[in-house]
Amino acid sequence: MADDRSARLLLTFCLFLLLLNYPLLTIVDKTELWFGFPALYFYMFLVWGIMIFVIAQIVKQRKKKP
Amino acid sequence: MGLSVVVGCSLAYISLLFLIAWWVDKRATELRPGIVSSPYVYALSLAVYCTAWTFFGSVGRATTGGLSFLGVYLGPTLLAPLWFMLLRKIILISKNQRITSIADFISARYGKSTNIGVMVTLIAVLGIVPYISIQLKAVTFGINTLTHFGEAAPAPKPHFWQDAAFWVTLAMALFTVVFGTRKLDPNERHEGLVAAIAFESIVKLIAFIMVGVFVTFGLYNGFDDLFGKALQQEQTARMFTFSGSGITPFSWNMLMLLSLFAIILLPRQFHISVVENTHPRQITKAMWVFPLYLLLINIFVLPVAMAGKMAFGDTIHPDTYVLSIPLSQGANWLALIAFIGGFSAATSMIVVEATALSIMFSNHVVVPLLIKTRLFGQGKDMVDGASRLLDIRRICIMLMLFLAYLYQKSVGSTYDLVSVGLISFTAAAQLAPSLIGGIYWKRGTRQGAITGLAIGFLFWAYCLPLPSMAQAGIISDEFVKNGLFGLSFLKPYSLFGLSGLDPITHAAFWSLLFNTWFYSIVSINSKPSMLNLTQADLFVNISKYIGRQDSDILKREAKVSELRNMLNRFLGEQRTIAMFQEYESMNQVKLGQQQLAQADLVNFAETHLAGAIGAASARLVLDSVVKEEAITMDEVMRILEQTREAVEHGRLMEAKNAELKTLTLQLTTANDQLKNLDRLKADFITTVTHELRTPVTSIKSLSKIILDYSDELDDNRKQEYLRILVMESDRISRLINQVLDIEKIQSNEAPLNLDTVNLSDLVRQAARGMEQMFAEKQVTIRLHGTDKPNNLRADRDRLMQVIVNLLSNALKFCNPEDGQIDVELEQSGDKMLLRVRDNGLGIPPTMQQLIFEKFTQLHSQTQGKPHGTGLGLFITKSIVEKHGGSIRVESHSVAVPQGAMFEVRIPV
Repeated sequence: MADDRSARLLLTFCLFLLLLNYPLLTIVDKTELWFGFPALYFYMFLVWGIMIFVIAQIVKQRKKKP
Repeated sequence: MGLSVVVGCSLAYISLLFLIAWWVDKRATELRPGIVSSPYVYALSLAVYCTAWTFFGSVGRATTGGLSFLGVYLGPTLLAPLWFMLLRKIILISKNQRITSIADFISARYGKSTNIGVMVTLIAVLGIVPYISIQLKAVTFGINTLTHFGEAAPAPKPHFWQDAAFWVTLAMALFTVVFGTRKLDPNERHEGLVAAIAFESIVKLIAFIMVGVFVTFGLYNGFDDLFGKALQQEQTARMFTFSGSGITPFSWNMLMLLSLFAIILLPRQFHISVVENTHPRQITKAMWVFPLYLLLINIFVLPVAMAGKMAFGDTIHPDTYVLSIPLSQGANWLALIAFIGGFSAATSMIVVEATALSIMFSNHVVVPLLIKTRLFGQGKDMVDGASRLLDIRRICIMLMLFLAYLYQKSVGSTYDLVSVGLISFTAAAQLAPSLIGGIYWKRGTRQGAITGLAIGFLFWAYCLPLPSMAQAGIISDEFVKNGLFGLSFLKPYSLFGLSGLDPITHAAFWSLLFNTWFYSIVSINSKPSMLNLTQADLFVNISKYIGRQDSDILKREAKVSELRNMLNRFLGEQRTIAMFQEYESMNQVKLGQQQLAQADLVNFAETHLAGAIGAASARLVLDSVVKEEAITMDEVMRILEQTREAVEHGRLMEAKNAELKTLTLQLTTANDQLKNLDRLKADFITTVTHELRTPVTSIKSLSKIILDYSDELDDNRKQEYLRILVMESDRISRLINQVLDIEKIQSNEAPLNLDTVNLSDLVRQAARGMEQMFAEKQVTIRLHGTDKPNNLRADRDRLMQVIVNLLSNALKFCNPEDGQIDVELEQSGDKMLLRVRDNGLGIPPTMQQLIFEKFTQLHSQTQGKPHGTGLGLFITKSIVEKHGGSIRVESHSVAVPQGAMFEVRIPV
């Protein structure tokens, strides 16, 4: 189980490293508003929030199986 | 706003911090469950990462670099999932080794080297001074903004005692001394401090969010309104994108990498996350709570920056927007709250950073120096080391803050907060190769670490602080313009002709590149010392050392009394006594009766001493009383080899285990087969004896009748009885012969007597031999395909037995009124086919497989008691199979009698 969790966390790291880097960032690097927010600002905080949620979920699973 | 209000509020806030620290420390001494062990407090205390840089500087950064300021917080967030592997390992190692700082950690890894301890300490102190200076600067301009808003900037004062920054520095130094060096903890754990830091994190978060809400929802009608207006102005629309703010992909990557390292390598982060950690399980919650904190404190940075830019243009320094916007709106109360928030961010950073650095400086620079110069005194002249240590640390803190003040006065004033802070991040990143290599790469050596650190530090110093000092006019800026010695490829901002990068990215790239490269290449080409080797093994494979006293590797001895004196000096008498008692109860010994302390006691003392003065110093101190037995390289290798052997042994055992399992399985199946065979044998014997008993019984009873009534019986009757006796005897002998046959065929004792056999002849011969029996039952037999010789290689007698068995079987079961038997020979490919067909009742499908088994006899209502022994077909089958052939039966239904057909196939 511990290995499973480590693998999931490592995968999370890789996924978000990709999402928060070039070249993907060029897609949202535009001077326009999305839902009233600057596109880049909106994207960054959204991805950030999702990442926190994902980490919390992976960590929570751990507590269920002591 | 009056100065007295600002100072008064700051002092009140500081008093509150003292109160919290005092209360938590008191609880801790009462052994109540510590607040500090809560994972939330741990996560909040990690937020010491957010300093005045975050509070004031991010806004300033956003006005020029757009959203690039987020890289500083996304780096640590990205690393958070890996804490579970990386940070946990560092914590486990540190608990095992009683590590007190990052300098201690790296020096312990490379053989408790004093040199590395000194180097890391110097890099940390020199690298972090700019970082501390921006905290001083922030507090100073905070006070100036609050008291002089709207007025012209005050003219520079001629004397330092008229300078606000000087008094801020002094106040901060005093506060840190009182707060950070209240007591000497054996493990450098400061529960009160951690609790106060966690509290400060809440204060700065709330303060910043209040300002953000005020700007976004007070001055504007929410995000839509603010961003909508910002989009229409050129100076704020730039801030929407990276491309507009001039951020290149590479500088974004480098910023994330630097901050990713910083979250572990900054001395204060290492101190809070590793040294002050109460239990590794705190990490799991902090892994998402801490990133959440970072997200929350950053939401309003861009809105505040845009609002400030739109309100003030270029008239006010963007680093002060957080204060100036509320002030310009007349919301003085909010400005004061914002100042307290920024003040708390600055104080928390300074206190933890200065404490961590002072621990490093005293343990790795001052103490080794004192020990080497014997300033601690000898014998009776010894002084109380513990109180001296605290004094040393206090002086360190004062010196460091003074250095930061000088830096801020001379260099820092010309740069904005984040630019200066990033210089420190780049310095801290120089520790990355030695630390990460140290815990994952066993081959990393002391020489490699020293070279890597030195070269990384030189590149950093040449590319960042030196040019900035030159631009401030402290040293000649000749080398910045034209390169060192006039060599243009040595220009510090475009080294080796690499231009087009911003100074931080440029410096980070070169310094980390050379640092990593030299660390690896020198490590590979150097031979580690014995201690280096054992420590490397311990750091890299920490999991196998947990739960046992590590080093029986070094055999060291010391006099118990000398050891005791030594510990008294550094730990104080009470703690030494407690420590010895702990050892006595742990090992069930009385130290009073011992003259010599064995290796484990020496190790025990060393780890405890390391908790107070660091591993390298502890080692130096112990060296003066300990005699180390010469230990050869071979011996160390052997010991390390042993552990490796144990691992390999374990792997071997596993393989053996698996092998055993399959063997057991095979044995079980074999046993089952044997049991089955045994049962079959028993069945066989039961059946055979049963079959024998029937004729024997009839023979016995008939003989008895003849014997008893010989006179009364007429001759005819006697004749009849004797005929039955002969018949039954025949039956017995036939049965016995067949059983013997089976034995012979099954046990390979009688090999086949192979010869070329003419099957046609054989069939004719058999038919002729049975002519009498056929005639008796009025059965006609027809032979087909016997005109050819039909030769094959077989055992003639056995084959004859097969034919006779099949014929007599057919004879038994064929139609009693109009019996017909057909025998057919045919060659098909390399097989010879022999078919015997009768016209009897046939064999029901359920029985078709069974008839070839032993003692299967067909019972049927019409035929009554079966004839024969039930062995005939079994023997036939055995013989055929011995010849490599097969036998099968074909019979469709009993309802419509079509008879049965037996087909034998034997290879030619």
